[in-house]
Amino acid sequence: MNIDWFFILEKIVLISGVLVISLVVAMYSTWGERKVASIIQDRIGPNRAGFMGLLQPLADGGKLFFKEEIIPGSSNRFLFILGPSLAMIVACMTSAVIPWGDTLTIAGHSISLQIADINIGILYIFGVVSLGVYGIMLGGWASNNKYSLLASVRAASQIISYELAMGLSLIALLMMTGTLSIKEIVEQQRHGGWNVLYQPLGFVIFLVCSFAECNRTPFDLSEAESELNGGYHLEYSSMKLGFYLFAEYINMFISSALMSSLYFGGYSFPFMDSLGLAPNLVTILGTAALFIKIICFLFFFMWVRWTIPRFRYDQLMRLGWNYMIPLALANMLVTGAIVLYRSTH
Amino acid sequence: MGMSLQQIVFGVLSIIAIISALGVILSKNPVTSVLCLIVTFFTIAGHYIMLNAQFLAVVHIIVYAGAIMVLFLFVIMLMNLNAEIEPQKRNWLKYAGAISGGALLLVLLGALREADVTPIQPGSADIGLISNLGKTLFNQYVVPFEVSSILFLSAMVGAVIIGKRES
Repeated sequence: MNIDWFFILEKIVLISGVLVISLVVAMYSTWGERKVASIIQDRIGPNRAGFMGLLQPLADGGKLFFKEEIIPGSSNRFLFILGPSLAMIVACMTSAVIPWGDTLTIAGHSISLQIADINIGILYIFGVVSLGVYGIMLGGWASNNKYSLLASVRAASQIISYELAMGLSLIALLMMTGTLSIKEIVEQQRHGGWNVLYQPLGFVIFLVCSFAECNRTPFDLSEAESELNGGYHLEYSSMKLGFYLFAEYINMFISSALMSSLYFGGYSFPFMDSLGLAPNLVTILGTAALFIKIICFLFFFMWVRWTIPRFRYDQLMRLGWNYMIPLALANMLVTGAIVLYRSTH
Repeated sequence: MGMSLQQIVFGVLSIIAIISALGVILSKNPVTSVLCLIVTFFTIAGHYIMLNAQFLAVVHIIVYAGAIMVLFLFVIMLMNLNAEIEPQKRNWLKYAGAISGGALLLVLLGALREADVTPIQPGSADIGLISNLGKTLFNQYVVPFEVSSILFLSAMVGAVIIGKRES
């Protein structure tokens, strides 16, 4: 056996670290969401469990674990359980290709703070995003309930529609950077300017599409309680419901990390290379900068949710197909023309 | 005799691929069949990655597991197919299927038995990497590539026209 055990150990530690951080951030996003909502609606919000209600997510999690688990008699039991599990797994998978920081040097080993720097990172994200539909569709169908099925069909067609515009906006970014590796895109921004300056329209399209991909307001048609009694997770109870809700927050976290990395410089921050600090310290500061950017995006997600009402379903589809996709195509054409002009002059 | 990590991964992937492929044809529930097919696609993508064809692997996942299978699932779920309402097939149809399938297996075996397959060393070929693939597609094979893109475009236009005729 010739296996590099140090390499495997390093990756296992990294994967567990990223998973734990994703879960903790998602957990505290629920607290953040309630606090932001309460500030926007001029209320106090959760304040009973711990200081400023900081223990509230733990209490919620405990409550979900101890609630009675109900699996409807007429449902397909295996698929009913598979649905939320898939939603959770797919939500966690994207974090593998996001560069969480530069390299750390510990005892002579340099450790890259990225689980996998594959040269097709962006395509990998497309792949995982396109799999996100399964959890919702299987759960909705296996519940054997009309409302669940309707909501899951809505969610699936919404995700499929907005995936196209999202892909087209990313293609413009790819043409500009000339690489599919997210790490390289971040490194280019470290030395040049942030991509949002060169791709403002592409960024706006990506932002809107990621709202739709996460099923967040104003695109939360699949959870429209006024018409669908709650959405695709209508029949779910206990922690299986918790998984669906939790997957949404992990998706938000990952989308925020992705937008920060692709358009806002990722772990790089201004004057990063001219501070003259030790490389390890710069790496840690860079990771902190990435998390500050992520928190700003998370706040934006919540701010929009408590400010803008939900679309009607036909408006949502019209926005996706008639405005987002043509805009993304135009953005791609203009970017292509500029890239071509630059390469010949 | 020791096994390398690659051989272990290859073995595990192949076993899962064969089991899930059998699951596609043996399961009674069409939704389970679709799920088994998706698992098969994933294991095949794993084989592509072991041959260093990462682009092919990811495109395989995006196109088959992410798009085509979602449509399959949509159709099967909305039609709510199950064993009770499925029409019983006649016996002679089953025999005909078994005989023709067996004949195909024989032909494939006969053709591949003598075939000279040059083994690809895993990890040594870089043709599957995206930059090499792009250069090959746009230099050596640019005409077939563009022709196939026109084919796709016409198929898309055709689908839109068929969809519009209803209203």
